Amino acid sequence: MQMNLRRLAGAVLISSTALASAAAAQELRVGLASEPTSMDPQFHNLATNTQVRLNIFESLIEQDPLQNLEPSLATEWEALDDTTWRFRLREGVAFHDGTPFTARDVIYSVCRIPLVENSPSSFSIYTQSISGMEAEDDHTVIITTNGPNPLLPVESSTWAIMSADASGAEAEVTFADGTCEGLGEVPQQQAFNSPELVIGTGPYKLQESTRGAQIVLTRNDDYWGEAPDWETIRLRPITSAGPRVAALLSGDVDIIESPPIQDLPRLEREGFSVVDTLSNRVIYIALHQEGPHSGITGTDGENPLLDARVREAISLSINRDAIVERIMSGYATSAGELLPPPMFGTSGRPADPYDPDRAKELLAEAGYADGFGLVLGTPNDRYINDEQVAQAVAQMLNRVGIRVTVDAATASQFFSRRNNQEYPAFLAGWGASSGEMSSPLKSLVASFDPDAGMGVTNAGRYSNAEMDELLQKAMVTIDDEERSQLLQQAETIVLDEHGIVPLHYERSAWAMSPKISYEPRVDQYTLAYAVRNAEAD
Amino acid sequence: MTDTTPTPAPLPAPAPARAQSPLLRIARNFAEDRLAVLGLLLFLAVVVLAFAAPWIAPQNPYDLAQLDIMDGGLPPGEASFSGMTYWLGTDQQGRDMLSAILYGLRISLVVALVSLACAITIGVVAGMAAAWFGGRVDSLIMRVVDLQLSFPSILVALILLALFGRGVDKVIIALVIVQWAYYARTVRSSAIVERRKDYIEAARCLALSHRRIMFRHLLPNCVPPLIVVATVQIAQAIALEATLSFLGVGVPITEPSLGLLIANGYDYLLSGRYWVSVFPGIALLITIVAINLVGDRLRDIFNPRLQK
Amino acid sequence: MIVYLLRRVGQSILAVVTMAVLVFIGVYAIGNPVDILVSPEASQAEIRATIERLGLDKPLWEQFLTFAGNALRGDLGTSFVYGRPAVEIILQRLPATFELAFVALLISVLIGIPLGVYAGLKPDSLGGRSVMAGSILGFSLPNFWQGMILILIFAVWLGWLPAGGRGPTVELLGIPVSFLTPQGWAYLLLPALNLALFKMALVIRLARANTREVCLQDYIKFARAKGLSPRRIVFVHVMKNIMIPIVTVLGLELGSMIAFAIVTETVFAWPGMGKLLIDSINLLDRPVIVAYLMLTVVIIVTINLAVDILYSILDPRVRLSEVKG
Repeated sequence: MQMNLRRLAGAVLISSTALASAAAAQELRVGLASEPTSMDPQFHNLATNTQVRLNIFESLIEQDPLQNLEPSLATEWEALDDTTWRFRLREGVAFHDGTPFTARDVIYSVCRIPLVENSPSSFSIYTQSISGMEAEDDHTVIITTNGPNPLLPVESSTWAIMSADASGAEAEVTFADGTCEGLGEVPQQQAFNSPELVIGTGPYKLQESTRGAQIVLTRNDDYWGEAPDWETIRLRPITSAGPRVAALLSGDVDIIESPPIQDLPRLEREGFSVVDTLSNRVIYIALHQEGPHSGITGTDGENPLLDARVREAISLSINRDAIVERIMSGYATSAGELLPPPMFGTSGRPADPYDPDRAKELLAEAGYADGFGLVLGTPNDRYINDEQVAQAVAQMLNRVGIRVTVDAATASQFFSRRNNQEYPAFLAGWGASSGEMSSPLKSLVASFDPDAGMGVTNAGRYSNAEMDELLQKAMVTIDDEERSQLLQQAETIVLDEHGIVPLHYERSAWAMSPKISYEPRVDQYTLAYAVRNAEAD
Repeated sequence: MTDTTPTPAPLPAPAPARAQSPLLRIARNFAEDRLAVLGLLLFLAVVVLAFAAPWIAPQNPYDLAQLDIMDGGLPPGEASFSGMTYWLGTDQQGRDMLSAILYGLRISLVVALVSLACAITIGVVAGMAAAWFGGRVDSLIMRVVDLQLSFPSILVALILLALFGRGVDKVIIALVIVQWAYYARTVRSSAIVERRKDYIEAARCLALSHRRIMFRHLLPNCVPPLIVVATVQIAQAIALEATLSFLGVGVPITEPSLGLLIANGYDYLLSGRYWVSVFPGIALLITIVAINLVGDRLRDIFNPRLQK
Repeated sequence: MIVYLLRRVGQSILAVVTMAVLVFIGVYAIGNPVDILVSPEASQAEIRATIERLGLDKPLWEQFLTFAGNALRGDLGTSFVYGRPAVEIILQRLPATFELAFVALLISVLIGIPLGVYAGLKPDSLGGRSVMAGSILGFSLPNFWQGMILILIFAVWLGWLPAGGRGPTVELLGIPVSFLTPQGWAYLLLPALNLALFKMALVIRLARANTREVCLQDYIKFARAKGLSPRRIVFVHVMKNIMIPIVTVLGLELGSMIAFAIVTETVFAWPGMGKLLIDSINLLDRPVIVAYLMLTVVIIVTINLAVDILYSILDPRVRLSEVKG
């Protein structure tokens, strides 16, 4: 048996699956890790849906692979004062049905977002700051906000611009004092099952969408921008990692997203190309900092995590590089911040060093020379190798005397239990969809105030008034340079007292046939239209 | 899995006792099938290995302080930093697979045996009550049993665990819930046959208490079919627990059973680290086959229709 | 007869209702779907609005009454994730699961019966013993591990068949199916085999046991004495008599086949309803979970009812006898 298995392993290593002939050069077949829940571009605020809709529906502003803002349907934008913005729209753009794109379509699209019914997660969080919109002329939109909102341009990149005509709007669409008029009957997501309603300005048109099987896109020959390389694109959801890799190996698809990191060496050996980049997602450990917790033992009811020295000791006893190398196979980078530098608002702070001796000293100073018992919660199906990382952290903390037991649960249970503060410490991740620092600060470490939308994910209840103040100030500062400084100061306060312990930034990878290329994106989107045909170049 | 068990549909009454000790006769009969003897020996070996795990395993795979992720992912036969040889390789965490399998076997067996004991107890009480009291009690209990048995146990257990969450105790509860009905049905049908026999009538005439008649006189005669069902069920329980753990609703990662070890290794199968899931799978297979070999023989022995 | 039928139908309805209550209460006890659905950046107001929209703010009994009322009209709720009727989403996945289950059933019968009959005719031969030993292996191998090994051997090692997914389908009467194209078969074969192996072991054992019993019957001995060819005896007399119990058992097993498809579909990423159930459990999409379970309950209860009624027609003793084995 032993010998057979060795042979088998050998076979796995050397078996070189013939790279099946790439599809007819004009067709791109993509293996997606998940399936969009709807073809309605404004139905569900979910990365899976967004990366598909971006082929068909564009926004005023787009995010480039590094999440910098780039002109798309808007050519330029500026803040006229703290609460007024002007967007100049691109001229000569037509929808798939040939009708011209104008300011009316923009107003209509923003107005529709809160009216989408049954949305599991609505895009309205990105439009709620808007109190009115006005078409100065056909190609200029003035937007007024309730208060200063420096993130409006970033938020505008989430609004899918739809055709007001195709959706049945009236000739005049207005949005004043928080009320929209002239929308006509707003089509709901069921209507988007048929391609007739899926009318955008993007580089591709929807040809067919069969749930569970495939989404077929055809090139929009009248596209205003650079023409993409593929005549047709076939998006196939293959939700399990193993079969997705197998589909690439057998030539069923040309490119796959999130290949399991342990399979990457094999894919590269067999001649596939793998690209990867830092993602905007940080994996962190949050610590309970609000009174005692039943998950902490051996301390007579005290909560050692309230002591900054204990939190520092925890950070110092984690060998981040070993986790990156062993558990993440190198597809991660040790983290010192809540967002990888050089993204907006980062300070370039290095990761805490691995120093178990110093950690033991700190624990002794804090009066916990004998350590204590701690439960570490983790999801086991949400982040890359999440449960494995938690186990490795537990291993390392045990070495300095903190007796950690890992409590892993599926994401569906983990997030509820976390929000109920059932874990004295937990591992989780945060992806900053806006690509800048206020996102993690606001959600993860701002003092818990759900009604104000602050600290909503701050289940550890870290709180620092000074940091809150800096963050509040940054959130209403329109000037980029000044805002970046404020965010850096706020983040430094948190990290100096180890209010949260960053572990690593995930790297996201794509694997593809050597005949195509893809520029990896920080936001982890697989934008099919941006995949290039390497042979054509 | 249990619902599809190839149990003999009509459970046979025990063969009439002869002058010779029935136990000895069964043992002799059993020993005629060498494969079954091999199964029994294998099973005993597995049990001994599993329960001796803390003393014979090279490493305690639960003691995180003993693991080192720098030893992670070593193939079988590699030596660690500290000079220890990992005969079956290590997983991602640097856990010795041999130790993990021994401990995993222990958890799998404990889960199966404890759930077996609880399910038999409940099943026997319910089955006896149904047979003895008859009438409404009987039809109520048997309606519940029928209802339960008509649903695939994997589905019932999966939903139960999705509700309870992970945990060894919770897996045991789920297994008891899906299994008790088999015993209840078995006990009831053989007790009904026994009940009509003369010696029970005699006991009744002596005005012995219900409980005494049921447990002293009726129960011993239901034992042979119970044993047959139990051997089949214990194999099914082990397999079911492994499947549930594989689906991510079984035991927690801190106490990995064989099923969970296999599930953890599944992610590494395509990348060539076969040992993380193949070896625990073989251990699981050996255990289940051994039990089934024994069960098969017992079924033949207790089935009078096939006696030559 | 009528009384028996009515009683039996009544029991089935009672079973469905009981299960509906249990399933509903059970499923609605898990987690909080809002925590998973809503974007983590959403404000409290947003979360409250979602809770209200999904009706999660109402007391459990009120949610149940709403559910039960809608269920009577055939509406089992709207998926939290897809925003469309749960039944519609499940029905879209139904053909994939049914195709898998039927092909698996076919495989287990076509291979299982001949092997079982052979083992029953020659119980002590080497071949007969090997078949039995193989069948022990067949139902000892946990379904998921056996699937993994199939993938390891046929997809990874030999590279003959794809490791998972459903591959291209063609439409038959408007339903997408795989079994009409060779490429479809390539995807279908491994999962179907995986699902079939356990049942095959069952069929082998059933066929063997029944063959052995039939062979002891007088009419077979008589046929032998009459000098009928062994082939004729096997195909006409033995087969005819073992088919009835096998078909009955397999009919009853269809329900468990559909349940077991959960495991096979997970291992092979087969886009059927079992995979949907696991995904829905992970996403806490309660209406889909409940709808799946209710649909399965109805299917199983109906099959059982049909089998019982058929039996009572074929065998009048069933009606009279209280004791069922």
